[in-house]
Amino acid sequence: MTEKLLEVKDLRVQFPTVDGIVKAVDGVSFSLDPGERLGVVGESGSGKSVTFLAVMGLLDRKAANVTGQILFRGQDLLKLRPDEFRRIRGSEIGMVFQDPMSSLHPLYKVGKQIAEAIQAHEDVTAKDAFTRAIDMLDRVGIPRPEDRAKQYPHEFSGGMRQRAMIAMGLCLSPDLLIADEPTTALDVTVQAQILDLIDRMRDEFQTAVIMITHDLGVVAEHTDRVQVMYAGKIVEAGTIDHIYHGAHHPYTWGLMQSISRLDEEQERLKPIKGAPPSLIFVPSGCSFHPRCPYVMDVCKTEVPPLEEEEYGHASACHLTLEEKKRIFASQVEVRT
Amino acid sequence: MLRYVIRRIGWMIVVLFFISILTFLIFYKMPPQDPAVLFSGKITTPATIAHTRHRLGLDRPIYVQYGLFVERFIVGDQYGWPGLGYSFESGVSVRSEVISRAWVTAQLAVGAAIVWLLLGIPIGIISALKRRTLADRAAMGFALFGVSAPVFWIGLIALVIFWHYLHISSGTGYVPITQSPVSWFGHFWLAWVVLALLYAGFYARMVRGNMLEVMSEDYIRTARAKGLSERRVIAKHGLRAALTPVVTMLGLDLGALMGGAIVTESVFNIPGLGPYVIDATLRSDIPAVIGVTIFAAFAIVFANFVVDITYAFLDPRIRYA
Repeated sequence: MTEKLLEVKDLRVQFPTVDGIVKAVDGVSFSLDPGERLGVVGESGSGKSVTFLAVMGLLDRKAANVTGQILFRGQDLLKLRPDEFRRIRGSEIGMVFQDPMSSLHPLYKVGKQIAEAIQAHEDVTAKDAFTRAIDMLDRVGIPRPEDRAKQYPHEFSGGMRQRAMIAMGLCLSPDLLIADEPTTALDVTVQAQILDLIDRMRDEFQTAVIMITHDLGVVAEHTDRVQVMYAGKIVEAGTIDHIYHGAHHPYTWGLMQSISRLDEEQERLKPIKGAPPSLIFVPSGCSFHPRCPYVMDVCKTEVPPLEEEEYGHASACHLTLEEKKRIFASQVEVRT
Repeated sequence: MLRYVIRRIGWMIVVLFFISILTFLIFYKMPPQDPAVLFSGKITTPATIAHTRHRLGLDRPIYVQYGLFVERFIVGDQYGWPGLGYSFESGVSVRSEVISRAWVTAQLAVGAAIVWLLLGIPIGIISALKRRTLADRAAMGFALFGVSAPVFWIGLIALVIFWHYLHISSGTGYVPITQSPVSWFGHFWLAWVVLALLYAGFYARMVRGNMLEVMSEDYIRTARAKGLSERRVIAKHGLRAALTPVVTMLGLDLGALMGGAIVTESVFNIPGLGPYVIDATLRSDIPAVIGVTIFAAFAIVFANFVVDITYAFLDPRIRYA
């Protein structure tokens, strides 16, 4: 068995506020092999972004209370001093953010911003770093990279900016690239290009990719495994095949039914009823129970554990495996 | 860029034109006293008043008077260009007086600006980075004090302490730098600090606010995600964005101060434009008032212009055409 690249154990992130403690991430455990592609799906406020900001060490240590273990190649990142963590950020774990317009500094040239990342980790001259930045821009498919490197972010189109962000995230060949909703802020026409680029780069750089998204469609085509998050917990995890051909959690079913498709006749989208719960006053028992159409008495009192019911496929739901299979087969319309 | 500059200069002329008309109308049409009576001496007869009125040109229709003003302004007078006329009071060229006094005011304003930048910016930065700590509270307390303490009060207190008791200020008055740099500084430094306190408070608050806003921007998170040291994140990515608006404020404040830091100049007995324009207003010395007003308006419009041009270099998103 190969060594795990990333192993997260019982990660909890809590933000103390005047209204109470926000449990943004509430006991999350998962692992990732080198080169693997993992999709993380959930609504806003499900804790998916916060989980990976914790992995990157980008949460304000004063505001956020992070506990558990984040083992990156066996080393617990949470035990590192800030300057040790800094050496890993950018060089071994790269990150691509949601909105490339606001994520690039408006007052610095794009090439400079990429070169800066290289200079932060390697002892190279500014000139060499800039040359490498140009090379990276070329590799992510930006035409005339020498000229583009000398331009400012506002002179780039949305898709080009995101390409530049990807170049920045990959310029030091990290082992892991975390992409936080990399296509949400982009035009639909550009989204597919960016996702294809991430796939190509993953092959080229042998990088593991974690794709955070709320779009199950993205996950289906560009990842190997999926994990669905709800109210700070993982409620279902499995391979793409498992999820698409037999999801086990009512929340996952809800997500599947609320995807819109342009290429087929359909009556109406079926949104999940209700809103995501408060993370301060999390519902008792299964936190999804107030919105679940299959709710039972036990759901209101007991938290369902995330259990592996089939090989490599786990879900946290009190329904029996037979019931899950029956409901999925008869009532869930898979629409991806 | 060149076209933009030309267009802006055109607008500057238009603005100055309107300001001159307005000032002219206000002071010629609605004077508190009749200047002719005022400048006829203690014992006046209708004949002397009529004579004075004629001497000052006040007996001519207002459009003729304005026309003469504009003509002098455009072609200059015997003291140079642009001509601002002669003081009713002394008969001396307003232009020479305004220029020599503006130089004094400029020394006060620029010196104070250096002090308030040196005070306000670091205080604002520290305050933002150490938010909600004792240092932050102390800094914002200082800012509140600076903003609220009136200059005429704090100026006098400062004079008593630093001049009268401690003897580390040379007190009131003005000594040209060419005469004695040491004495020049000795007379100026306390005025700089007192005037700067007010602005330092505003600047500290503004920098703190900008800094807090910038540090929560996405690109700061990106900078951290690249693995930059926190110091570099703050200095290179945070400050660069947070300090750009300071340039705007600085330009406008300096421009406004060039019209005369009236209270500070009065308290410290500095012969700048402030005391001159107060005097002129009280005595209905209309050409002097108009001269200073035109100069002050020009200073503000020009400062705006400089700020806009500077901005094009500081922020690549701004391109003028």
